[in-house]
Amino acid sequence: MATGFATEVLPAARGHARFVLRRPGLLLSLVMFALVLLAALFPGLFTDDDPLVGTPREKLRGPSAEHLFGTDQLGRDLFTRVVHASSLSLRATFVAVAVALVVGGLLGLVSGFFGGWLDDVVMRVVDVLQAIPRLLLSLALVSALGFGTTKVAIAVGVASVAGFARVMRAEVLRVRSSVYVEAARASGVRSGGILARHVLPNASGPVLVMAALEFGIAILSVSALSFLGFGAPPPTPEWGVLVADGRNFVATAWWLTTFPGLVIAATVLSANRISRALDGERRQDR
Amino acid sequence: MRRYLVRRLLQAVVVLWAAFTVSFIVLFLLPGDSLSIKLGGLEGTATREQIDAVRGANGLDDPIHVQYAHALGDALTGDLGTSAQTGAPVAGTIVDALPQTLQLTGVAMVLAVLGGGGVALAATFTRLRALRQVLLSLPAIGISMPGFWVGLLLVQVVSFQWGLLPAMGNEGWESVVLPALTLALPAGAMVAQVLAKSMTTALAEPYVETARAKGAGRVRIHLRHALRNASLPALTLAAVVSGNVLVESVVVETVFSRAGIGRLTAAAVDNQDVAMVQGVVLLAALVFVLVALVVDLLYPVLDPRVGRAV
Amino acid sequence: MSETWQGVTEGSPRGGVGGAGGAGSAGSDRVPAAGRVGADRVLGTDRAAGGLSVVDAAQAPLLDIRGLRVSYRTSNGPVDAVTAADLTVGAGEVVAVVGESGSGKSTTAHAIVGLLPTGGRVGAGRVLFEGRDLLTLRERELREVRGRSIGFIPQDPMVSLNPVRRIGDQVAEALIVHGLAGGKQAAERAVAALGEAGLSEPATRARQFPHELSGGMRQRVLIAIALACRPRLVIADEPTSALDVTVQRRILDHIDELTHAHGTAMLLITHDLGVAADRAQRVVVMSRGAVVEQGPAARILTDPEHPYTRQLIGAAPSLTTRRARARPVREPVPRAEPLLTVSGLVKEFALPRTKEGARTLRAVDDVSFTVRRGETFALVGESGSGKSTTVRMILGLEAPSAGRILIEGRDTTRPGRAELRALRRRMQLVYQNPYASLDPRFTVSEIVEEPLRAYRVGSRAQQRARAAALIDQVALPEGVLRRRPAELSGGQRQRVAIARALALEPDLVVCDEPVSALDVSVQAQILELLGGLQDELGISYLFISHDLAVVRQIADRVGVLQAGRLVEKGGCEQVLSAPTHPYTRELIAAIPGRRRPQPLGAVS
Repeated sequence: MATGFATEVLPAARGHARFVLRRPGLLLSLVMFALVLLAALFPGLFTDDDPLVGTPREKLRGPSAEHLFGTDQLGRDLFTRVVHASSLSLRATFVAVAVALVVGGLLGLVSGFFGGWLDDVVMRVVDVLQAIPRLLLSLALVSALGFGTTKVAIAVGVASVAGFARVMRAEVLRVRSSVYVEAARASGVRSGGILARHVLPNASGPVLVMAALEFGIAILSVSALSFLGFGAPPPTPEWGVLVADGRNFVATAWWLTTFPGLVIAATVLSANRISRALDGERRQDR
Repeated sequence: MRRYLVRRLLQAVVVLWAAFTVSFIVLFLLPGDSLSIKLGGLEGTATREQIDAVRGANGLDDPIHVQYAHALGDALTGDLGTSAQTGAPVAGTIVDALPQTLQLTGVAMVLAVLGGGGVALAATFTRLRALRQVLLSLPAIGISMPGFWVGLLLVQVVSFQWGLLPAMGNEGWESVVLPALTLALPAGAMVAQVLAKSMTTALAEPYVETARAKGAGRVRIHLRHALRNASLPALTLAAVVSGNVLVESVVVETVFSRAGIGRLTAAAVDNQDVAMVQGVVLLAALVFVLVALVVDLLYPVLDPRVGRAV
Repeated sequence: MSETWQGVTEGSPRGGVGGAGGAGSAGSDRVPAAGRVGADRVLGTDRAAGGLSVVDAAQAPLLDIRGLRVSYRTSNGPVDAVTAADLTVGAGEVVAVVGESGSGKSTTAHAIVGLLPTGGRVGAGRVLFEGRDLLTLRERELREVRGRSIGFIPQDPMVSLNPVRRIGDQVAEALIVHGLAGGKQAAERAVAALGEAGLSEPATRARQFPHELSGGMRQRVLIAIALACRPRLVIADEPTSALDVTVQRRILDHIDELTHAHGTAMLLITHDLGVAADRAQRVVVMSRGAVVEQGPAARILTDPEHPYTRQLIGAAPSLTTRRARARPVREPVPRAEPLLTVSGLVKEFALPRTKEGARTLRAVDDVSFTVRRGETFALVGESGSGKSTTVRMILGLEAPSAGRILIEGRDTTRPGRAELRALRRRMQLVYQNPYASLDPRFTVSEIVEEPLRAYRVGSRAQQRARAAALIDQVALPEGVLRRRPAELSGGQRQRVAIARALALEPDLVVCDEPVSALDVSVQAQILELLGGLQDELGISYLFISHDLAVVRQIADRVGVLQAGRLVEKGGCEQVLSAPTHPYTRELIAAIPGRRRPQPLGAVS
């Protein structure tokens, strides 16, 4: 066992390390993403301040050593608020991606593997959903479901279901018509075995990469909806809300919009870079 | 050709009908019964009888399929219902707001295609590795920026620090520049990404090698051989990009306090004005369908492999 | 008759001495002594062979490649594709470069005109063309050489023409970029060039788009492009390997004619020694990036020096009639019981409706044959002949429109679910492309065990042991059991596919072009393996192929399919030596390597 680990796992790990170290952009993205995740899980690691209580004397101070991102109109430390906001924003993002992946993936799998009228129905619905821009679809869902972070997250996820269903179906069809599946069928493997052992493992790769890519898109959508005021109610910090709050002070306190927005952009950029690396590795795999 | 056109038009109508149906299901059937929304502030003061009276007058007591049939019939005659906020007809309100938004999205689309296409072409044409790397990383950055943040940054720098262009409003051409730029950034990034990728693919095709073996120069190879083939996948994206630009105006018009479809939509969602939201959904579907139709009709001209008569 | 083999005396045929792999010295201006000795000997045999083109001794060759070294940049650092290429082409001479995939022959061809793919870099050497070193030219100067002085015929005609531009424009472009003609005149000359390349109705073709033309026609367009400017040298990179055999021969004949008529020299890149033997005056053999031997075609074929060349000749299906098995060819035993009987098999596919109403395509049209126990029956035909459809019907992957399929007398034409499962247990399939037929996520062991698991044969441990035994039976080392397909070579993968097919001890193994995706020397090994397994296990093969030369090595009986109809069938030797149907004769004539002098120990 020990030798197995030494000969198989270690070189693989070393290979990954080399892959990352040769790409400084990717390394930076991984660090950024890890920091945001840590901030979401353990905000106490980064700051001891309270995100909701400020010191009125210190309102609207610019960035300084004491207040990295400055303070807002109530004298609250903006850095603290951004750190605490990442928890809610990331949770919403994960919910959105999970909804899109699970619902869309299942629809695509069923549609592609069983075909027939079921496939027709699913694909026509997907066609229609794809004719409506995703942001508008989530806006429509929000106006039906009501406001709040979770509802926004579900709306964003549902709006992406169509894309996932389509990619999953295409992958299932590709694998299902591949020669190795025909070979398995010709050597007597039943449908269930083919679905579980050949189709699902080979088809899920691109869909998982798409989920990684969806992560960045979901952060943008969730924060756009909360910027528009459909997310968490006021005192609760959320990335989009922070930018919206700072909007009234654009002319006087530039830091209030710049820093939260920068964090969103950097997180999305990191997520996209990581998903691109996953995509690339997958292609090299073949 | 005519039969093809008729068939494509029919398909477009079917998509619109389906969009109507989907939005009807989403907006009118999901839990938050639209009645309570319609009554708005009345809720606290209204008596049971009053509520029932309003319900009856709005046809909300009818079985759902009857409501659907009524709504569809009205929609076919151009009546998309009345706005719950203003009481004005939805169709008229949208038509009034449309020119402002079309001006904005039109300018944005032009900027996106020119800018995105330019970046993609420059990136694939240059022989300087460093420049290519920089150019190729631009689209990835472009699609990662939240639109509302970009808009606010532009306002901060261009309007307040430099005092150059207005930060808000609909007055004159100056007011279009910043919002159009904000809208064009993600759209242009998308164009650049797709075009750069398909240019790279096209340049690696064997027919490009044939052209090089003939002794053709780089400009000729890029523009006459690769670009023509590479623009085809980019073209199929036109419908998606124009739909996105239209809807991104919700954010951008809010940031720049411009009147238009986007502001209308934001207000409608805020007030849960479902009739208005459905109207905007139908508008977006219409834009998508029309652009897709134009692309489909244009495609055989650009790609001879797609049969004209089919 | 006096010939000077510039390439042989100045270059270095490291042949005969062996050990060429990777050891090539960069920029080898000096010739190793051994090389010179070899060269002298070669000169001797040249004269004896005779019938070669004459190159004036005083004249420098048209193309002279010395010590060429090319590497590709990969994620694991540079990898050498060509380590030592030395060759010459005289004016008007036809030289063939022969080698298997990865030998660097195609890279050499591309390096000459500076068309290496991205990441490719010339490390050392000289490419002298008409006295100028092409490697030192700037891109602009090189562009004037390309197309104008050196024409290039690419490998795959299906993808080598721009799909969105008209044929005529693409031919005319060659003239326009060199300023040889413009506008209307260029268009007219393009039509003329198309006619010269053997296209019927060239004026009509010029207005068409590539997708409206067949593969053979597209290759003719590419020939027209390459020859439009009347270059002094044409480089043809496997110009016909993507085409059907009969088309292949016609195209090669035509290239021959044109280059001969215009006195154009040709560098022909090919994997097929038979093609090289037919077309070239001189043959250059490459292996692992280095030229291992070169000389007159006849001498290389009859008296090869380098062991690699010998191996190549031994393996080339078109040059050998050796049977890929120990036992002699049996005359079909009439009393041997038939295992598989196919009678009156028909398959129709509905075509898209047109004005004339519904149409159908008869992909398989009244096909009947039997496969007896322990014999190999080969179905031969070109693409679209219906051979794959026939196989799919026999395996129950497609339902026949009419006809009957009997296995040991039992009708299995329309099997029920359970019957189909039982049927599949007795008939297994080996696919054409070993890269596609193995699940990339499975280990070799899992792949071979899969049929056993599907039929619940034995315990897991027994299944594993059986897989190991099968892998041993197909002569693979035990270590591959834990590997995945991506880590294996094409030949190894095909062995795995064969092991999987044998797992359930079937009576019949259907081999669908099992060697056409492989290099010739690997082909020979796989055919030998199949032959050996048949002798050992007594299984029957239904062997599908487009290549009569391969079929000759393995089949007992042959059926020839043309456009869905079985036009001829009979014993293998009988059909090949005395074909009765004109189509069969055409197929046999298309086997390359028939114009060469009889090689050593030829059997026929």
